[in-house]
Amino acid sequence: MSDATSTGRPPPRDTRPVDWRALSVQIAIALAILWLGWHAIGNVAENMRARNIPSNFDFLFATAGFDLNQSLISYSATSTYGRAFLVGLLNTLAVAAIGIFFATIVGFAVGVARLSQNWMAAKLAAMYVEIIRNTPLLLQLFFWYTAVLAPLPGPRQSLSLPALGLRAPDPEATMAAVIAAALAGVALLAIRNQIKGSALKTAGFAISALFIILMIAAILFGPRILGFGEAAGILDISNGAYVFLNNRGLFLPFPSLGGAAIWFPVILLASAIGATGFAFWAKVQREEKGLIIPVFWINLLILVVPAALTIWAAGSSVSLDYPQLRGFNLAGGARVYPEFFALVLGLSLYTASFIAEIVRAGILSVAKGQTEAALALGLRRPAILKLVIIPQAMRVVIPPLTNQYLNLTKNSSLAVFIGFPDLVQVFVGTVLNQTGAMIQIVSITMAVYLVISLVTSLAMNAYNNKMALTER
Amino acid sequence: MTEMSASSSTPQTFVRPAMTPERAAPVPTSGALAWIRDNLFPGPASSVATILGLLLLLWVIPPLAKFLFIDAVWSAENGDACRAQEAGACWAYVRQKFSFFMYGSYPREEVWRVNLTLIAGAILTVWMLWPDARGRGGAALAFFTVYPVLAFGILTGSAPFPVGWLPSSPEGQIIWIVLVVALFAIASTLFYLNRNIGWAIAIFGFIAWSELGSWWLSLGLPLVGTHLWGGIFVSLLVATVGIVFSLPLGIVLALGRRSQMPVLRFLSVMLIEFVRGVPLITVLVMANTMLPLFVPESWSPDRLLRPLIGVALFSAVYMAEVVRGGLQSVPKGQYEGAMALGLSWSQVTRLVVLPQALVTVIPGIVNSFIALFKDTTLVAIVGIFDFLKAVDTGRLDPVWAGPKISTTGYIFAAIFYFIFCFGMSRYSMMMERRHSAGRSH
Repeated sequence: MSDATSTGRPPPRDTRPVDWRALSVQIAIALAILWLGWHAIGNVAENMRARNIPSNFDFLFATAGFDLNQSLISYSATSTYGRAFLVGLLNTLAVAAIGIFFATIVGFAVGVARLSQNWMAAKLAAMYVEIIRNTPLLLQLFFWYTAVLAPLPGPRQSLSLPALGLRAPDPEATMAAVIAAALAGVALLAIRNQIKGSALKTAGFAISALFIILMIAAILFGPRILGFGEAAGILDISNGAYVFLNNRGLFLPFPSLGGAAIWFPVILLASAIGATGFAFWAKVQREEKGLIIPVFWINLLILVVPAALTIWAAGSSVSLDYPQLRGFNLAGGARVYPEFFALVLGLSLYTASFIAEIVRAGILSVAKGQTEAALALGLRRPAILKLVIIPQAMRVVIPPLTNQYLNLTKNSSLAVFIGFPDLVQVFVGTVLNQTGAMIQIVSITMAVYLVISLVTSLAMNAYNNKMALTER
Repeated sequence: MTEMSASSSTPQTFVRPAMTPERAAPVPTSGALAWIRDNLFPGPASSVATILGLLLLLWVIPPLAKFLFIDAVWSAENGDACRAQEAGACWAYVRQKFSFFMYGSYPREEVWRVNLTLIAGAILTVWMLWPDARGRGGAALAFFTVYPVLAFGILTGSAPFPVGWLPSSPEGQIIWIVLVVALFAIASTLFYLNRNIGWAIAIFGFIAWSELGSWWLSLGLPLVGTHLWGGIFVSLLVATVGIVFSLPLGIVLALGRRSQMPVLRFLSVMLIEFVRGVPLITVLVMANTMLPLFVPESWSPDRLLRPLIGVALFSAVYMAEVVRGGLQSVPKGQYEGAMALGLSWSQVTRLVVLPQALVTVIPGIVNSFIALFKDTTLVAIVGIFDFLKAVDTGRLDPVWAGPKISTTGYIFAAIFYFIFCFGMSRYSMMMERRHSAGRSH
């Protein structure tokens, strides 16, 4: 100990002489890295010349010559490699977005269930988390793809589901039913909120039940009661099945908008903006004047009514396109390929198990006194969850949750094992094999994932700074 | 009651003339029924959830048990019995393919070498991790230094670092000689100063075992090329290599990231953030296709070594972040106190900070190992024949191929991975409890 004269961890920098040791170590490391890098570059150049590997990006504009079965943009064998890259990138982003959506829903549900007082729910959720988390994702993907989806029967023997409520022969009836249901909902909720303050708990419960029954009734019989034509209601399961699952994928009805097609997205976007604005306005009202506005129901109206009016105005050209058996395959509707289905299913369920643990940790991180204090104030359980626990838990949940979203995005590269044309399968797989431009292709691919990661991290840091507990 | 007693013949006494009616027994708060009421049917919504859960179990468990046990084919010569309509899981297939799942194409007469390595590894691992075992440090040292070298020698039949061997290119020779001389010099200095004796022995052992490996060659252990390796053995190998290299490398990177030296810090941050931002598959592909480009042709790494480097690097950066968390959890006073005692940076780090930091993040480290173990399945992308790849290939064998084969194989693989990962997570929870038991808060 007596020989330790140099202190490695120094006192404040400005008062101390130049640390020659630290300086020399850094210079030595920098020189070593430069030397290694210089040699590596030399080796790369030499090896690439020796093996005839292209060293520029011209290949991106050459004709690809291979087909891709799933693409969000138009693509054919005569398209360029650059276009194939775009197809792969968009497919990756689509899988990530859809996967994140489902993973979040399942993850939150399972996380809350694990903490449920109901023993059965808690144990089932724990079982789910342990089984999924402790087996490799790749194994699960193989399982879904090879053991579950591949042995499904062919198109002629498809598993089918009657499309509940999806058959809408009469758009006017649909619209009327939805509007009626929404109006009834708002009215009932308003009544229920009035009663909730008093001790009439049972009455509140009964009205909730009545509300659900009325919603269903409105959807089933609304059109007939309101006298819109002779439509047999909009729930029509007598005409057969509209959702098919077979070894070629999942076939769903898909809206074909006809004349409304141009306006429909615009109207929806405008409604969404309006609803967001209304939510903000309502929040301000609540915080400044203490006004409680039923935001959810009014926003439902804002979203539904203009869209329904558009469909009405467009008339009978609006319909659903149903998959139908033609020859040996199903035609029409939307087709979800088995690769895509297996990938989204596997990724969502896998990531959900991690999200569940994060949510659980987040809820547990909220001190018990918070719940007890809220109970003492007379808040009800759902209100405590919504107003006290979740806002505090989110602070703990958000950073690891983002990590899981990023993991899901990166894990979507496992698509290559089951043949879904994502970025890695298309670009690092097929294009690399055909062109041999390994350095460029691997660099571009890594850069794409890096950009996704960095953008998300930056956004998250900003959010985190906003949410972080302001300490004294 | 009081009125009644007041109107009776002896108004002065307050003795109750008749017993009050018995109250109903209170609702039991213990026992099976009470438990069921409190935990399964406390309210309407909860009761619905319980019933739905029961239905789910009824829907899943009987068919699963039927498939796994009742209808399962336990022994058969080929896949005919398993192809029957009502047949369940085909365990006969797993039994027959077991050595393929275990060793891949490793020559059957040489399989004892794999077994020897695996058993030695298992003994060392258990010894190292057994909470109250004696000489755990020694076992850990052996596992991280001597064991890999020795295992390499036994499995391949050649030495990993034959000291007498020289690379063909001149720069390679220079690096090689410098490396060996430097190792000797470091070990001798440490030994001479009589400090860090463990490290000195480790480095000497490393070199000595390398020599032993060279000597082994002359014993005539046949060479087994890595293209024959496969199965569970390769999965465990990739995981072990990842663990052995990722922990030290992760610690170095974490220290680099928290270093006061800007160059070191910059390099560490760049490496960590870069590798963390990309999927493992791209790292593996890079290691497989680009690594051979970075080095002279004669140095081209072995096809199994390339993904090993990729996996080690990938898990090291995640480990670095875990270790950094631990380093940040050590209070500043610990650094200051140690420095006040006159300890050097390396002493502060080695003796004061790291021991505390690493113990705090044991759960994180184990989680990294679990993730690493699951990620070993991805090496199949660069043509390595790991366990999952063996299972996925086995189902195509025409002798066995049938509708139940892939499910059986995947369930078998799932059980294998589950046992390892679940075991690791339970171990980390146990260590966490033991650790926190000693703390007063």
